[in-house]
Amino acid sequence: MLSNVRTLWMVFLKMFKKKVTIQYPEKKAYLPPRWRGRIILSRDPDHNERCVACYLCAAACPVDCISLQATEDENGRRYPEFFRINFSRCIFCGLCEDACPTYAIQLTPDFEMGEYNRQNLVYEKEDLLIDGMGKYHGYSFYQQAGVAVGVKPKGGGEKEDPPVDVRTLLP
Amino acid sequence: MNIIFYIAAIVAFVATVMVVTRKNAVHALLYLIVSLLAVSVIFFISGAPFVAALEVIVYAGAILVLFVFAIMMLNLGANSGKEEAKLLKPNAWVIPAILSLILLCELVYVFINYDGASVELRVIGPQEVSQSLFGGYMLAVELTGMLLMAGVVGAYHIGKEKKREYHRYLQTNENS
Amino acid sequence: MNEILVQILIIVGVLLGTVTIAAGLIYVERKMLAVWQQRSGPNRVGPFGIFQVLADMVKIFFKEDWIPPFVDKKVFIIAPTIIMLSILMSFSIVPFAPGIVIADLNIGLLFFLAMSSLGAYTIVLAGWASNNKYSLLGGMRGAAQMISYEVFMGLSLMGVVIQVGSFNMTDIVNAQKGLWFVVPQFVGFIIFLIAGVAETHRLPFDLPEAESELIAGFHSEYSGMKFGMFFVGEYLGITLVSCMITILFFGGWLGPSFLPPIVWFLIKMFAFILFFVLLRAALARPRYDQLMSFGWKLLLPLALLNVLITGAVVLSNA
Repeated sequence: MLSNVRTLWMVFLKMFKKKVTIQYPEKKAYLPPRWRGRIILSRDPDHNERCVACYLCAAACPVDCISLQATEDENGRRYPEFFRINFSRCIFCGLCEDACPTYAIQLTPDFEMGEYNRQNLVYEKEDLLIDGMGKYHGYSFYQQAGVAVGVKPKGGGEKEDPPVDVRTLLP
Repeated sequence: MNIIFYIAAIVAFVATVMVVTRKNAVHALLYLIVSLLAVSVIFFISGAPFVAALEVIVYAGAILVLFVFAIMMLNLGANSGKEEAKLLKPNAWVIPAILSLILLCELVYVFINYDGASVELRVIGPQEVSQSLFGGYMLAVELTGMLLMAGVVGAYHIGKEKKREYHRYLQTNENS
Repeated sequence: MNEILVQILIIVGVLLGTVTIAAGLIYVERKMLAVWQQRSGPNRVGPFGIFQVLADMVKIFFKEDWIPPFVDKKVFIIAPTIIMLSILMSFSIVPFAPGIVIADLNIGLLFFLAMSSLGAYTIVLAGWASNNKYSLLGGMRGAAQMISYEVFMGLSLMGVVIQVGSFNMTDIVNAQKGLWFVVPQFVGFIIFLIAGVAETHRLPFDLPEAESELIAGFHSEYSGMKFGMFFVGEYLGITLVSCMITILFFGGWLGPSFLPPIVWFLIKMFAFILFFVLLRAALARPRYDQLMSFGWKLLLPLALLNVLITGAVVLSNA
């Protein structure tokens, strides 16, 4: 009984506290960079697509909202022929970002994706692909590792030794 | 005054007839409530406002709510009407009907031979009611009180929770 | 002729005033709940969201008024009107200021109790007529709760009645010229307050409609204006109980003379309405058995004791 009276008094005192409401459409709340919002596909510093169409994101997706088809360019470099995310299914769990070996797929601090037509929630590659590098600046997967596909010669990456000629016996 | 009395009387009469003829028990009870409200209006205009208020509070407000409550719990379906129709055989209703007919005849006789002069309206307030309750009718009030007390005790006894036997591991949870 | 005109004016004024207050409470409640929860509440429609009332009214009027095919149609329609009728009837005995009262009955207080006891039907019948399990449960809870708390409500008022010696509301107010009854009848005041909350089935005693377990209980099946009647009826009930608390325990229109009596009455009434909203903002809903045992095991003995002691003191002073 007394605790109820105390509750009443404490709630009454809330009257003189500052409001916590943010008047949303006019003012926007700060979203941290790692907020899990709209999914994008980023590019590497050479302005090529980072995505190598490895299907790991589609495999990791718990609601199966990602679908893509791999293909290769004239150098043998893999890229997605199409890349489709159905945002009406997406639960923004971020597992695709975790799974991505090339930092290509990233979640961004943006949530204003309302649509009147449900079909508009299916994003194609041109909707997803951005011009920048997203959260990881200067990272290029092919400079770290990977095969020679026209980006760099074999063994030319950072922290990468030139290839060993196994046919010579000289040290 | 008279017009209000006749309106209330007709409402009470029609509502009471509807009570008897309704198939749906809840509808019948609703008509009974209307009838009681009409009777309380009659009490009010014949100089007994206290009784009128008590009629609404106690009968219409409390007892009939409990009736509706009980009927709601019983969940009478469509079959109950047919079963009731079976119960209503002539040998069940003839004797009560004759008795009520006698009463009705008496009532009509009294009304016809009534000279209409001796009634004087006097408002009887709560004080007078309570003075006669705790004065002249003290014994009746006390007896009613004892009867009600017996009812309360009986209800408590019937509704009392049976003592449960718990395993000794569960006994600590018994009072929670 | 002139007197009849004044009487009609009072009736129309009270009717319009109470219904307007009840409608305005929609806004007041939302705004005050927000203030006590550190939110801003309605602020989009008009300055400070004042026209939220109008928006709500327009919405409720134009909503489809649907009667589900499985309900008991007649009772379904009657049920929401009962609460409006019974509470508006109760306002007829409320003296807002000296002379401003529709019917100065000598059994005014009993009339209020009678009407509030009829209000129980609205829940029972709505719950039963909806032909829905949750509604029925809500209706049964409502019936049991209202019948139980009516008992303490009546008994808690008897202390005041013993001190005044009359059921007349004007007499009750006039008897408080020296001292408001909240001081000698403090126990009665507390019991009446709790019973009043339970009678209007407001939070924290909103068990008949408990959203979290009964999906709005007795009015699950209602929509449109019929739901609106329950809604406005609830606010009318709050206004009525606040009026009654003001009259019975806080001296009605009495107050220092720099303000007119009706203003004093309204100030006190609104203070209690805000208290009702605060209760809703702060307290959690009790369990059903807790509600019942609290009533019958604590409030009933307290109310009886209060009547006994008041009677003894009045008798010894006489």
